[in-house]
Amino acid sequence: MSTDHDMLDVTVQRGSADHVHHDRFQVPARDNQTVLDVVTWIQQMADPSLSYRYACRVGMCGSCAMMVNGVPRWTCRTHVKKVTVNGKLSLAPLRNLPVIKDLAADMDPFFDKWVAAEARHHPTRGRLEEFDPIKPDARDRVEANLGIECINCGICYAACDTVAGNPDYLGPAALQRAWTLLNDSRDGDRPGILSAVSGKGGCHNCHSMGSCAQYCPNGLNPMRAIAGLKRETVKAALRGKRDA
Amino acid sequence: MKPPPRSHPLWFAFVLHRLSGLALALFLPAHFWLLSQAITAPARLDGFLAFAENPLVKIAEFGLVFLLAVHMFGGLRLMALEFLPWSDRQKTLAAAAVGVALFLSGTFFLRAI
Ligand code: HEM
Ligand code: SF4
Ligand code: SF4
Ligand code: FES
Repeated sequence: MSTDHDMLDVTVQRGSADHVHHDRFQVPARDNQTVLDVVTWIQQMADPSLSYRYACRVGMCGSCAMMVNGVPRWTCRTHVKKVTVNGKLSLAPLRNLPVIKDLAADMDPFFDKWVAAEARHHPTRGRLEEFDPIKPDARDRVEANLGIECINCGICYAACDTVAGNPDYLGPAALQRAWTLLNDSRDGDRPGILSAVSGKGGCHNCHSMGSCAQYCPNGLNPMRAIAGLKRETVKAALRGKRDA
Repeated sequence: MKPPPRSHPLWFAFVLHRLSGLALALFLPAHFWLLSQAITAPARLDGFLAFAENPLVKIAEFGLVFLLAVHMFGGLRLMALEFLPWSDRQKTLAAAAVGVALFLSGTFFLRAI
C-alpha cells in the first residue's frame, strides 16, 4: 500500500443487502476535490462496475447523498480536505435505507413516506380560475418558507435515530413537507394532512433530538416543523372532542 | 451501519431524558414502598432512615434528586417546544434545565450533609 501523502486511502462499501463487502482504492489527492470527484475517479479509472448516483454536482438535486466517514453528506458539496482523517475516506450508501448496489441507496421507502404523510399538494382551484394570491409576509407563509428549500436528499432521514429504530416512522423530510403544505392557503386537504401525520408512524414519534437539523446541508430545521405538527394535531384532536 | 456522530447538545439532552426517565421508573416504586412502611412497619422505616445517614447513601440520594429534577425540567422544555410557539434557543434551554437540576440537587445535598 502506498503511504504517499498525495494518495487518498478510500474504503468503499460494495454489493447489496445480502452480501456487503468493502473495497479499498488508492486515489490521487488534489488541491480542490470533492468526495464526488473521488467516487467518479474510482469509477472511471479503477473500477467501472462501481454504482453510485449524482446529477447536478452543485447541491441542487440531492441525489449524491452518502455516508462519508459515517456522516450523511452531499458528496458533491463536501471537500475531501475537510473530512479525511489521516488521508482516509470511508464511503457507504445512505443510512436507514435499503441498498440497490454499492453506493446507491433505494430511495423508494423515503418517497413512499412522503405520499403516506400526504406531503403532496391538494389543489383547490382549476386552471381556468383566478389563482389565490399569497402575501409574502403572512404568518403561515413565513412559516412555510422555512421548509420549502428541502431538496429531498434524505440526509436528515439518514441522521434520524427514530427512523433507525422505527421502520414506520415517516421521518423528518416528509413531515416537514406536510408542515409546509399545512401552512399553504392553497392546499385543500388540511384534515387529510393532519390525520396522515398523526397516525402510527406520525409526528408524535419524534423525540426532538435534533439530528435532522444538525445535519441538513440546507440548514433547515425539520424538528421545528414537526413540533408545529404536534401542536396542530393535538389542537385538532381537542377541537374534535369539543365538537362531538 | 455506523450511525453518524451524535455529539450535539440536543441529542445528549434526549439521552439524559431517557436514562433519567428509566431510572425514575425503577426507583420510584421502591421509594413509595419505603414511605408506606411509615404506616405499616415503622420499625423497619427507622432502620432505613438510620441506613440513610450513611454518606454513600447521601450521594446516591443526590443522584436521585438530580435525576428527578433534570427529567422534570427537561420534560417541561420538551412540552414547551411542542406546545408553545417555536423558540430557537433549544440548546440554551436544555443546558438551563441541567443547570437548574444541578443547583437544586446540589442544594439538597448540602443541606443533607
Ligand atoms: C416530573 C414531571 C415529569 C415530566 C414533566 C415528564 C415529561 C416527560 C416527557 C415530555 C417525556 C417525552 C420525552 C420524549 O418525547 O422523548 C417523558 C418521557 C419519559 N418519562 Fe417523564 N416526565 C415526568 C416524570 C416522570 C416520572 C416520575 C417517571 C418515572 C416513572 C418518568 C418516566 C419517563 C420515561 C421512562 C420516559 C420515556 C423516555 C423516552 O421516551 O425517551 N417521567 N417524560
Ligand atoms: S430537510 Fe434537509 S436534509 Fe432533509 S431531505 Fe430536505 S434538504 Fe435534505
Ligand atoms: S428531531 Fe425528530 S425527526 Fe429530527 S432527528 Fe430527532 S427524532 Fe428524528
Ligand atoms: S449531485 Fe446534486 S446535490 Fe450533489
